[in-house]
Amino acid sequence: MSAETALRDFRRRGRVVVVGASLAGLRGAEALRAGGFTGSLTVVGDEAREPYDRPPLSKQVLLGRTAADATTLPRRHGLDVRWRLGVAATGLNLAERRVSLADGDEIEYDRLLIATGARARPWFREAEAALDGVFVLRTADDAAWLNRRLAAGPRRVLVVGAGFTGSEIASACRERGLEVTVVERGPAPLVGALGGVVGAVAARLQRAHGVDLRCGVTVTSLEGDAAGRLRRAHLSDGSTLDAEVAVVGLGAVRNTEWLAGSGLAAGPRGVACDAGCRAFDVHGIVTDDVFVAGDVARSPHPLFGYQFLSLEHWGNAVEQAEIAAHNMISSGLARRPHLWVPAFWSAQFGINIKSIGVPPMGEEIVVTQGALEEDRFVVTYGFQGRVIAAVAFDQARWIDFYRRLIESAAPFPPDFPNVDRRAGGTRPVPADFPDPSLPSHGPTVTLSGYSPSERRLQFTPARA
Amino acid sequence: MRIVVDLNRCEGYAQCAFLAPDVFVMHGQEALMYDPGPGEERSEQVLRAAAACPVQAITVEGEVLSDVR
Ligand SMILES: Cc1cc2nc3c(=O)[nH]c(=O)nc-3n(C[C@H](O)[C@H](O)[C@H](O)COP(=O)(O)OP(=O)(O)OC[C@H]3O[C@@H](n4cnc5c(N)ncnc54)[C@H](O)[C@@H]3O)c2cc1C
Ligand code: SF4
Repeated sequence: MSAETALRDFRRRGRVVVVGASLAGLRGAEALRAGGFTGSLTVVGDEAREPYDRPPLSKQVLLGRTAADATTLPRRHGLDVRWRLGVAATGLNLAERRVSLADGDEIEYDRLLIATGARARPWFREAEAALDGVFVLRTADDAAWLNRRLAAGPRRVLVVGAGFTGSEIASACRERGLEVTVVERGPAPLVGALGGVVGAVAARLQRAHGVDLRCGVTVTSLEGDAAGRLRRAHLSDGSTLDAEVAVVGLGAVRNTEWLAGSGLAAGPRGVACDAGCRAFDVHGIVTDDVFVAGDVARSPHPLFGYQFLSLEHWGNAVEQAEIAAHNMISSGLARRPHLWVPAFWSAQFGINIKSIGVPPMGEEIVVTQGALEEDRFVVTYGFQGRVIAAVAFDQARWIDFYRRLIESAAPFPPDFPNVDRRAGGTRPVPADFPDPSLPSHGPTVTLSGYSPSERRLQFTPARA
Repeated sequence: MRIVVDLNRCEGYAQCAFLAPDVFVMHGQEALMYDPGPGEERSEQVLRAAAACPVQAITVEGEVLSDVR
């Protein structure tokens, strides 16, 4: 059978299994059907719910405006999928093309899409994490519990970690009139993702909205009472803080444990794949029947020095899943690379934050529109003389313009006549990112692999 | 009904908030907070808002989702 005939046959009656029934899994399944795949399509997900959207969980839901179980994602009409919800995949046999499930079932595939995403990093001491009043926020259940607790009017909420999720939670708490303390190890909120210059704006915003923000401090332990309820937190500066609710926002962990020993290049930083979303095996050889998309994937991007990007971004899950699906049912030259320019948004303290490109690669930063003091601006990040990223506060409509600058490797500092640059903001200053080798939970983009700037992680061979 | 807004695409023009104010609400100057599960009685409003969005950021259940390029 020629490759073309085999592909046609696969498209007609092949077997696809998708593991992970969230944004990437759903969009991948939809794109397979939209692309003409008529074979059997099974989607396995360990959450019992239909695929739902997560971004509202730290925004509308925590404001009490939307129920936690009301963010189910819309779907194409008549989407023909066999759902296996509420059951986890526990293993993968590459040689026999088989996924095993927690209930003992096994499902065979011709092509597999891995979309198991990430989960919230739990508080590091189990007994303390189990205290009544200690939360993380990743799932609809997490949001429902937290929302109920916030509605009961706790005297103080402690947010551990001022990344995007932590900052959005603090914002929601203030809007509900709750006292909130944010404890952040870095020098400012969002510093790992956006750098110190924008971090300083985020810090000012938090304080202006009444957040008790403490930077350069860590929470060392959580203390409960005899009944197992959270009472107070101990901080690294020796102080203690009474709080009835603590939300741990220390970033996410990739769901790759089920792939241990499978022979795929899967580990705590995700599953490595090529720009066509095909997974690498442990030898660095690309597979041709296993694809990866969403938060669990890390893949090289030519615009960013072919470094492997792990992106915890909504838009990446959508784009990568669509590319993976297309490539699953296409061959050779018809395949497409995932060349999406990273983008994400956040809404906090009434500000619409948008990012395009990879800010943590930025060495220098310049205000290209508006002014930092006005909370309405665009900053542009430069790397080796070209534009590598831009971040906008309440200037969403400019993001597309900056995307084009990044895609065309426009010179940095940018020089365009038609933007309202003002005195003081025109000279580039250091972007002020913390040392990437120090542990940080802030960034939603992680770079690894070849880097001319030595901004790379250490190679640690995995034990098979 | 179920809806989702691609907030990477959304530019905060607020047409949706004008046409379906019970479903789409601006939070501050340009951050959009919407109800992802509005009641069926709002479907006409929602469809009108989706059609009016200048950057086609609003996806409504049942419509073709991924524009296959
Ligand atoms: C509170 C919150 C707010 C956010 N806000 C924003 C935002 O404002 N902007 C933005 O760009 N992004 C935001 N994000 C990120 C965005 O939601 C994610 O990038 C997106 O959900 C990734 O989708 P995914 O399908 O790749 O992974 P996930 O959504 O993590 O889904 C993976 C699914 O696979 C399941 N799974 C895991 N292991 C197994 C297994 N072994 N077997 C079966 N199923 C398994 C998981 O339970 C989960 O259902 C936010 C995320 C959270 C949690
Ligand atoms: S109409 Fe579209 S661009 Fe404008 S706020 Fe609504 S979703 Fe955003």
